[in-house]
Amino acid sequence: MSVRVALQSPTGSRSFLERGLLLLVILIFLEGTVLTLGAASSPDISARDNAGGLHDHQGIEGSYDRTNYTYTKKAFPVLSLDYHHIQVPFEISLWVLLASLMKLGFHLIPRLSSIVPESCLLIVVGLLVGGLIKLAGEEVPPVLDSKLFFLCLLPPIILDAGYFLPIRPFMENIGTILMFAVVGTLWNAFFVGGLLYAVCQIEGTNLSHVELLPCLLFGSIISAVDPVAVLAVFEEIHINELLHILVFGESLLNDAVTVVLYHLFEEYSGAGEVTPMDVVLGVICFLIVSLGGIAVGAIYGILAAFTSRFTSHTRVIEPLFVFVYSYMAYLSAEMFHLSGIMALIACGAVMRPYVEANVSHKSHTTIKYFLKMWSSVSETLIFIFLGVATVAGPHAWNWTFVSVTVILCLVSRVIGVVGLTFIINKFRIVKLTTKDQFIVAYGGLRGAIAFSLGYLLDKDHFPMRTMFLTAIITEIFFTVFVQGMTIKPLVDLLAVKKKQEAKRSINEEIHTQFLDHLLTGIEDICGHYGHHHWKDKLNRFNKKYIKKCLIAGERYKEPQLIAFYHKMEFKQAIELVESGGGVKLPSAMPSQVSMQNIQPKKLPPPVAERALPQFTKGREEEIRKILRSNLQKTRQRLRSYNRHTLVADPFEDGWNDFILKKQRMIELEKKMTEMSNYLTVPAAPPDSPTMCRARLASGSDFKAEKGGAKVIPDPNAFYNIKASSDGIPTIQVDLASPKSPDSVNMLDEFSKWGATGQGLGQREGADRDEDQGLMMKPSSAGKGEKGEEEGGNKNPGLMRCLSDPGPSNEDEEDEPFLP
Amino acid sequence: MLLFCLSVEMGSTNSTLSKIPNVEELMQETGFTPAHIVRLYDRFEALDKEKTGHLRPQDFGAINRLAMNPIGDRIIGAFFSPGQETVDFHSFVRILAHFRPADKNRPKDPSMPEPVNNRTSKLKFAFQLYDQDKDGKISRAELLQVLRSMLEMQVTEEQLESIADRTIQEADLDKDDAISFEEFRKSLEKVNIDHKMSIRFLR
Repeated sequence: MSVRVALQSPTGSRSFLERGLLLLVILIFLEGTVLTLGAASSPDISARDNAGGLHDHQGIEGSYDRTNYTYTKKAFPVLSLDYHHIQVPFEISLWVLLASLMKLGFHLIPRLSSIVPESCLLIVVGLLVGGLIKLAGEEVPPVLDSKLFFLCLLPPIILDAGYFLPIRPFMENIGTILMFAVVGTLWNAFFVGGLLYAVCQIEGTNLSHVELLPCLLFGSIISAVDPVAVLAVFEEIHINELLHILVFGESLLNDAVTVVLYHLFEEYSGAGEVTPMDVVLGVICFLIVSLGGIAVGAIYGILAAFTSRFTSHTRVIEPLFVFVYSYMAYLSAEMFHLSGIMALIACGAVMRPYVEANVSHKSHTTIKYFLKMWSSVSETLIFIFLGVATVAGPHAWNWTFVSVTVILCLVSRVIGVVGLTFIINKFRIVKLTTKDQFIVAYGGLRGAIAFSLGYLLDKDHFPMRTMFLTAIITEIFFTVFVQGMTIKPLVDLLAVKKKQEAKRSINEEIHTQFLDHLLTGIEDICGHYGHHHWKDKLNRFNKKYIKKCLIAGERYKEPQLIAFYHKMEFKQAIELVESGGGVKLPSAMPSQVSMQNIQPKKLPPPVAERALPQFTKGREEEIRKILRSNLQKTRQRLRSYNRHTLVADPFEDGWNDFILKKQRMIELEKKMTEMSNYLTVPAAPPDSPTMCRARLASGSDFKAEKGGAKVIPDPNAFYNIKASSDGIPTIQVDLASPKSPDSVNMLDEFSKWGATGQGLGQREGADRDEDQGLMMKPSSAGKGEKGEEEGGNKNPGLMRCLSDPGPSNEDEEDEPFLP
Repeated sequence: MLLFCLSVEMGSTNSTLSKIPNVEELMQETGFTPAHIVRLYDRFEALDKEKTGHLRPQDFGAINRLAMNPIGDRIIGAFFSPGQETVDFHSFVRILAHFRPADKNRPKDPSMPEPVNNRTSKLKFAFQLYDQDKDGKISRAELLQVLRSMLEMQVTEEQLESIADRTIQEADLDKDDAISFEEFRKSLEKVNIDHKMSIRFLR
């Protein structure tokens, strides 16, 4: 039925669309059937096992058809089916595969994913799969088992969120976030629980068996805003940073409140009453749960940072430390019934600056990729499982209860947000407007955490568990479908400020730091211990003691401004190479700057260049040609934004940025031909594919011009802050195709640039450039006047770039990758 | 009892206020409330150890934390008008008024001068801290000085020069190799100055 409906969609490019839909449906069907098979075979196997246990198993490949013990010789089984052997991992893999294929499928159909958020589609898929399984007559496996959810599915998402948490806006708004998280959740819980109890007591509904405490418990389960759902929906609406961090931060921090309330009410539901003493204990418990969770996370974070200090010789396992320590932080917190989510967030946030300073580029990329990958798969699986669990039931539908729940949740959320904002605005410098309040209220989505908490309830203590579960599921569906689908048009309608796609310029960076110092000074003059005072103190403490312990080598002395500057220069250099070969850069370019510290630190997301330079007509034509050829290839890739595309790092800019940079580079090239200080090398033809796609073969090198024409100080030379290097080994840069339709691929290539750690410099021949891209080998001879600055052989930063050959050394550097 | 405390409080406020000459005019100009003025006056008196009614650079220098600040001396210098050796309370308050959070709801009165704590004034104040020779532009040398003091000897001269070059190149729209106030303002258009340059208690 659904197949037929799907096939009749009257959109353009019908064959492609139809193929996509057909693929989707077939996949769902296949998965359903195999899972049915799996479900079907398990009872049989268990029966056979019981029988087989009485006999000796003479080897795994024996057939199970032994009815008599006397062994009669059969033909040697050449091929046999043993599903039981691999059943569990096989099913897990099938589910993961289903989730991933669904994700693929949705992005093949662009219109669909722009109307309906992904989370809704995934729930629908889950419903379909569950329905298929049920139709086949088998029992739907209880996939959203609480243990599985809390121990396997949730941690990756939270770790991803915590590791990449934008610390500055989070800390600036921490007061507001805490108010919403703690007070808001408490308000919601009691409001919903209390009023629900009142409604239950009304005659007419047959709900009077529901006591107060179970109601309050239900209220506390349902009132928590869910981070998974919020992330999934908010990622697609590109809302401005403030609102995003408010809702998201709230969803993370309310975990502590939920944990405490849940345990409190669960414990005392049996007893039937809660004394004031219990309330006091509850408050103390809350403090312990939240602060304890953060402390556990911070300890593990510091341990991880400390460990990463010593990993310079075993780079390949660096990412593992990040993951394992974080997971252990989560498990340790869960062991003591502390807030695991807060532990994970604290662990990720604490370890990140130090780990990033210590690990190699490849490890950094790996960490990022793995986190994004796992969190993406987890999120998909959670939504699918929600759908399946809905079909699985058991359900106890009660119109009154469910509808009152849904209405009350909405009402309490709105009242809570409005009331709290009124109080909060008295203390904020930048007030929250009505629009902001609306988005915060509307963005309070419920999700799988609520369901899992409900699922955990004991059937004996809570006979109304099924009714609760039904209500929870309905509420989740309502928020995810209705609110999730409508929030995007509402955001557009209300003209809420969107995320600013602006890259931080060096001006901003310098001036912001200047202003920070200024404000700290003014606060000191006023004798006021304000925001800046404490921040300054923390920074000093950090610099003086902590960085020394946790960061390897000499890097801890590097000021943030320098790192930022390096990164910008480096990025520009890469793009210059990409855009057209050996174009000379003006003296402001990375020539004189030490490039040793190219670690990506946390930076705000990048953006397109603001100022576009003016061109001559000829240049314009050239640029248009380039743009045309490039843009065609990027059209496929730029379709849908997703947080799981790693565009949050300056090394991994979007394609738009690249093109604009390219324009700028060409303009700079023009500028440079006017300055005749140095050699200019004719640029490679703009769309030479070999230029862009050739991998570097080892061997060719280019030396800096030695004396001869007046040169800018050797760009190849490495300048250390303290020590510098001599005879730096050859660095090779991979110029793999930036035009591949696979954004991930491109990003990966960009990060390989990072591994080389070198700015641009002079080159000798254009032809060499075309084939081999950029290959830099600083020559000891050509250092010119800067030679004396370079000393020892050990350039620690460069060593860090180079000492990580990755898992296999060979295939990256030697084979030219030509189309 | 409470009323008594309140009245004592009000009384002391009033008495302090009466000590300050032209306090009405000051409040009008800067927008501070009486409570703020009193607080600032107390601070002024605490800094003014010799009770001369004026502050000298040494009085500012006595604040330890300010000495640690990379641009501490610039900030101190900003309080003193050119040619003046001392700062009286009025100038003190006027400078600090720049850091009040902006009043969003004030009606725009064209006859009144621009309030001293709006975005432009705040930026102008910051700009003047860069522009020591008061020629209306941040030259390369001035920028280099600022960078040098902020980066505290951790970088080489070449690095500083590169950064300065890059900064000017990015911000300089009329290509005069210096950053004018308009260019300065434009480069900071994405930064929330109201938030960044406001001190909460000066509300």
